[in-house]
Amino acid sequence: MLDVKDRQLLEYVQLGLPICPRPYAEIGRLCDMPETEVIERLTRLKQQGLIKRMGVIVKHRQLGYRANAMIVWNVPDNLIKQLGGHISRFSFVTLCYQRPRQPEWPYNLYCMIHGKDRVTVLNQLEQLVDACGLSGFDKEILFSNRCFKQRGAIYQNPTPALADG
Amino acid sequence: MLSPLHKQLLNDYQHDFPLSPRPYQDIADALGVTEDEVLSAFTELNDNNFISRIGPVIPPNHIGVSALVAMAVPEQHLQAVADKISAYPEVNHNYEREHRLNLWFVVIASDAEHLRTVIGSIERETSYPAMLLPMLDDFFIDLGFKLDLNNA
Repeated sequence: MLDVKDRQLLEYVQLGLPICPRPYAEIGRLCDMPETEVIERLTRLKQQGLIKRMGVIVKHRQLGYRANAMIVWNVPDNLIKQLGGHISRFSFVTLCYQRPRQPEWPYNLYCMIHGKDRVTVLNQLEQLVDACGLSGFDKEILFSNRCFKQRGAIYQNPTPALADG
Repeated sequence: MLSPLHKQLLNDYQHDFPLSPRPYQDIADALGVTEDEVLSAFTELNDNNFISRIGPVIPPNHIGVSALVAMAVPEQHLQAVADKISAYPEVNHNYEREHRLNLWFVVIASDAEHLRTVIGSIERETSYPAMLLPMLDDFFIDLGFKLDLNNA
């Protein structure tokens, strides 16, 4: 579990590691923690899975990956774990979630595919549908158009300590 | 134009950025370049908006709560409504998608009550109903992305 100091550390480090020779010392200076403690805590959080990955977070669009499809399916609840697990094994799938159905929105399984163009994404989707046996389920494909805002998840308190957080 | 070093930094350090006192030096050693070259290359990637940051990816709902939200907004109002929503610090992604439900955004809050407050405020301010889609299970969360940068 996260203690107060972990949360404080994550508040700073999630804004991005400084690009300088001793970035963890710099983060430590901001949250009043020795460099060694910053590194130890981040290492532990990663081992515990509370940090899923630590590294470069790329901007797909700027790197030529302009086609982004969110695909939603309505699958039986008892199959969702198995199907979600299968979908997740494809390298072009970037996210796969279960979300609740809504009155006018019968879909419960979500996945995201990023590609360089729509034709590629649709081909990958077809491959996915065939391999996972998804052809019998209702689905919709929602391609993104304008991106109004994209930022990493900023977890914050109701009274944030961060100016732009 | 991306150099071979840029490409290596983009593809090889999405998962295991060194957790050591001199991480950029460690990367430099691994790639056979100098620390200064690594620092410069990362600065260029950052300045040119190719990376959002170097940092942790925290799975949803371990710290705070989050929800995907969808709205149906008439095209002529979409930009204005999107701008109002993007102005909330609790909103981190906000996209137009090709669908009757054409505005999709993610709200992250400290707890369920904070989330409800933000959604309520957005609904009042925009006067469009929000369809709330919290995550129930994650099968796969942003484990990085293998980029084909041959033509980049």
